Amino acid sequence: MTPSVFSPTGIRFENIDKRYGGLYALRRVSLDISAGECVAFAGRNGSGKTTLLRIAACLVRPSSGSVSFLDRGKERGGTLPPAGFVAHATMVYDELTAEENLLLFARLQGIAEPAARAEALLREVGLLERRSSLVRTFSRGMRQRVAIARALLNEPAVVLLDEPTTGLDPQGAHWFAETLRHLRDSGRTILMSLHGESEVSTLATRAIQLDAGAVVADTRTGANFRSVLAFANA
Amino acid sequence: MALLSNATVLLGKELRTEFRSRELLTTTTVFVLIVIVLFSFSFDPTSEESRRFGAGLLWLAFLFAASLMLQSCFLREQNSDTLSALRLSVSDPFAIFLAKVTANTLFLLLTELLLLPVFAVMYNVPVLPSLHWLVLVCFLGSLGVSIAGTALSAISAQARMRELLLPLLLLPLLTPILVASTEVTAALFDRSPYVQWKGVGFLAVFDLAFLTILWLLGEYLVEE
Repeated sequence: MTPSVFSPTGIRFENIDKRYGGLYALRRVSLDISAGECVAFAGRNGSGKTTLLRIAACLVRPSSGSVSFLDRGKERGGTLPPAGFVAHATMVYDELTAEENLLLFARLQGIAEPAARAEALLREVGLLERRSSLVRTFSRGMRQRVAIARALLNEPAVVLLDEPTTGLDPQGAHWFAETLRHLRDSGRTILMSLHGESEVSTLATRAIQLDAGAVVADTRTGANFRSVLAFANA
Repeated sequence: MALLSNATVLLGKELRTEFRSRELLTTTTVFVLIVIVLFSFSFDPTSEESRRFGAGLLWLAFLFAASLMLQSCFLREQNSDTLSALRLSVSDPFAIFLAKVTANTLFLLLTELLLLPVFAVMYNVPVLPSLHWLVLVCFLGSLGVSIAGTALSAISAQARMRELLLPLLLLPLLTPILVASTEVTAALFDRSPYVQWKGVGFLAVFDLAFLTILWLLGEYLVEE
């Protein structure tokens, strides 16, 4: 990974409620995530993991409550969240090449020397030789590599991962776990929702279980930590 | 400045993906061509009838073609959730709309300019004497269709019956554009062509008003 220039950032969720009509996706979720933590969210389908991550990415507006990014305890300003987001959907254009995708998002984010940044990231994710290939010709694993490169374009202090290894083969999942280890060791704050991903879950330093939109377990060590992670891997 | 620079980058992406796949241009051009040819064979209009009814036929064909084109405008962003990636990358979501409106206007205008000569030949209506005014009407009409259509495409893309919803919302909303464009075009097809400034002014005001509404509400249209 390239040398990092981000500022360590934590996240605070305060009394987050999210309703879709009469249905509660999240109920009074309050969490303090410290800078550098690697948090694994576990829970059944529909427990609110994805909604919470999309609220953290500022893609979904909470019905009530607030989310703030903290730089050394102080709230960060800016119109865009300092977060990179990787989801099950790749969020890249199939009709563009890997390089064109990265250049597009680098230019939109106002990154200096977008071509150099795109090249560096393509090298890191092992796609430099396929830089001129259309994304639609890529395998699921290669598309996810492009997705990770896109998420890391602006050196985000926070990385949000929503079931990122779904559909990856064991080799792809292993590569992803190694990449995540580098990101965690570089001091980034990582929030990830898991669903049967054992190798990735071992990187977590904190495990939070959601049920029906509420936090039912929040643990860092001990048997409870392992049981929450085991739930994620079930 | 960030708004214009982001819109320019996104417009480049829209043009690149379209000219690579040619999905929209091919579909709309073929659709309008079929309508023009079918009407010509069905009614076999005289030159005088074409001057009276041709403008209406032409704009109806453009409008239906536009509803086909605009359908996929935001649906394409949902295939791989690229709309979320765009929202995470641009500080002002209006840049996304500005790029899409410009691209849709260009695609529509290109379709219209390609098919005007075909219309002129099949309906025996001379378009060359007032071509520059026709281009202006086509531009203002296409811009209005694109602004309203792009906004509605963003709304309908999130709905369950999305394929049905867009034409149902779009066609009534664009009736004023259809009427004004048809009247101005009919005046230009006249034996003594003239510019109907009232219609041109109406089109310009419609475009400006809808662009302002889109600028004010754009942020909410792309929200989940």
